[in-house]
Amino acid sequence: MPQMTTSATTALTATDVLTARLPALREFGYWMRRYRRIWRGTVVISVANPLLFLAALGAGLGKLVDANHSGHLAGTPYLDFLAPGLLAASAMQNGFVEGAFPVFQSSRSRGNYPAAAATSMRPGDILAGHLLFVAFRVLLSGLLFLAVVVAFGVVRPARALLAAGPVLLTGMAFAAPLMAWAVRVDRQSRLNGLYRFVVMPLYMLSGTFFPVGQLPHWLRAVAACTPLYQGVALTRSAALGGGDAGAAAVHACYLLALTAAGVWAASRSYTRRLNS
Amino acid sequence: MADVLIEARGLRKVHAPRGAAAPTEAVAGIDFRVTAGEAFGFLGPNGAGKSTTMRMVAAVSPPSSGRLEILGMDPATHGPQIRARLGSVPQDDTLDTELTVRENLLVYGRYFGLPRAVIRERAARLLEFARLADKADEQVEALSGGMRRRLTIARSLVNDPEILLLDEPTTGLDPQARHLLWERLFRLKQQGVTLLLTTHYMDEAEQLCDRIVVMDHGRIVAEGSPRGLIEAHCTREVLELRFPPDRQQQAAEKIADTAKGVDARVEVLPDRLLVYADDGEDALTAVHRTGVEPLTALVRRAGLEDVFLTLTGRTLVD
Ligand SMILES: Nc1ncnc2c1ncn2[C@@H]1O[C@H](COP(=O)(O)OP(=O)(O)O)[C@@H](O)[C@H]1O
Ligand SMILES: [Mg+2]
Repeated sequence: MPQMTTSATTALTATDVLTARLPALREFGYWMRRYRRIWRGTVVISVANPLLFLAALGAGLGKLVDANHSGHLAGTPYLDFLAPGLLAASAMQNGFVEGAFPVFQSSRSRGNYPAAAATSMRPGDILAGHLLFVAFRVLLSGLLFLAVVVAFGVVRPARALLAAGPVLLTGMAFAAPLMAWAVRVDRQSRLNGLYRFVVMPLYMLSGTFFPVGQLPHWLRAVAACTPLYQGVALTRSAALGGGDAGAAAVHACYLLALTAAGVWAASRSYTRRLNS
Repeated sequence: MADVLIEARGLRKVHAPRGAAAPTEAVAGIDFRVTAGEAFGFLGPNGAGKSTTMRMVAAVSPPSSGRLEILGMDPATHGPQIRARLGSVPQDDTLDTELTVRENLLVYGRYFGLPRAVIRERAARLLEFARLADKADEQVEALSGGMRRRLTIARSLVNDPEILLLDEPTTGLDPQARHLLWERLFRLKQQGVTLLLTTHYMDEAEQLCDRIVVMDHGRIVAEGSPRGLIEAHCTREVLELRFPPDRQQQAAEKIADTAKGVDARVEVLPDRLLVYADDGEDALTAVHRTGVEPLTALVRRAGLEDVFLTLTGRTLVD
């Protein structure tokens, strides 16, 4: 209403100042507000999942593997081998879940994106804010996973913190390109299809459950090109140490490049979708 | 002369769908001008290009060609600055149904970069205005269609806009909800907010608008005040006649012959005949004289629906 003047002379809070300067934080704030209603459930899942997997596969199946003196693991106990692999795979999982469905829903005509796009927000601000939230979710879940890994005695706490970077990078390397695509996709079934036919098979080629050295020769080369393989390798070398630094740098560059390409593509497709 | 807030010249929009589908020229070159404080309406049937026009004016959809100036700025270069001073009520509500009524206002106010204390203060007032104060902490999911629409309007006012854009504000609402909404919009108008709205209800256009453009197939086919349009394109009165379906055609022919004699015009609709005449009772007498016997006969004042029918040969709501 026009005569509604700003009579409030209350001092500005730090959040007021920050959100006024950085529009992306407004979108981040929106997602955090939604997250506030469900955070407990997500924390339980983020802890229970690795707990179950590591107990069953690592401790249970691992006993069998280790008892057979599998030479393929080069003396690493199976639990130690598996934990960082699962961690990276769960980062991919979280990147997918956060980058695909909420983005798809938000871009519908009744979704959050058109609402935000009608205000002083730019499509790029909306993207940046949502990316920030996805990063937050990937990192939070990763840290909880790492806490479980530390509790299992696989990794020392200091090393666990070192692995947080690779986890974030793996998650975002999936989330960013996905967001670029999910914002313009016409049916949700396509997201499910991608999950079933692309994401799931990546597990088998990633070296999560077994070293890719077990694969046939030609498939090894294919595996080395997949993002999950790169994420697993980087996370594993960070968590267990002892890897060669050059290889780690290559993995990191691969994932960074994928993330950057995703962000670039997303900034184009968000603008197309929200201002067309 | 009052300030011109919105000016469009040769405004055009072509939707190019992905894939092989042919592009649609949704808005085919229109000119209009909206001045401060006026209530300006786009009246037209589904697919006329109303929403497409509104989205261009809302600075969320760049024109394909033509000139568009909003608050003296070009939406292509000053989108955020324009949107900061507009309120927008889209055809489909974009409320977050999982958040509460108040949260929806808080989130939306934040998008304009407003401080929390200011939003809180405005939210309280806007909830009163939208008669939603008692629903403030309920989830939007639980709200009726009319309440959601009022919340969307309340939300669109959180940045204290100079122009309010309303795309079909009451479509799909029951009569009571519509009247309440009209009353709220009328108040805004009296407070001096410039209103730009689309509708395919002629009563809505007549109730709320000072000036109307009639749109059809992406073009403006007429412009004027509701009264002015009716006077320019219609007779003062309309005689509506209903016949049993099998007899309507025959009756129409007979009446058309007579109509020529009394300077009236006949429109044949699937379910009824409309006789446009300055004096409906006289026309009815003339009809009776021809020996035609309608099931029902009704004389009413001509409205915008009749203007549309006269201009395009079709009805507004199908
Ligand atoms: N995003 C879009 N992509 C393709 N065609 C569209 C799009 N939006 C609208 N149209 C088409 O443009 C025409 C005008 O639509 P619209 O502006 O929604 O009309 P109205 O609001 O008057 O019903 C219609 O033929 C519609 O199908
Ligand atoms: Mg429409």
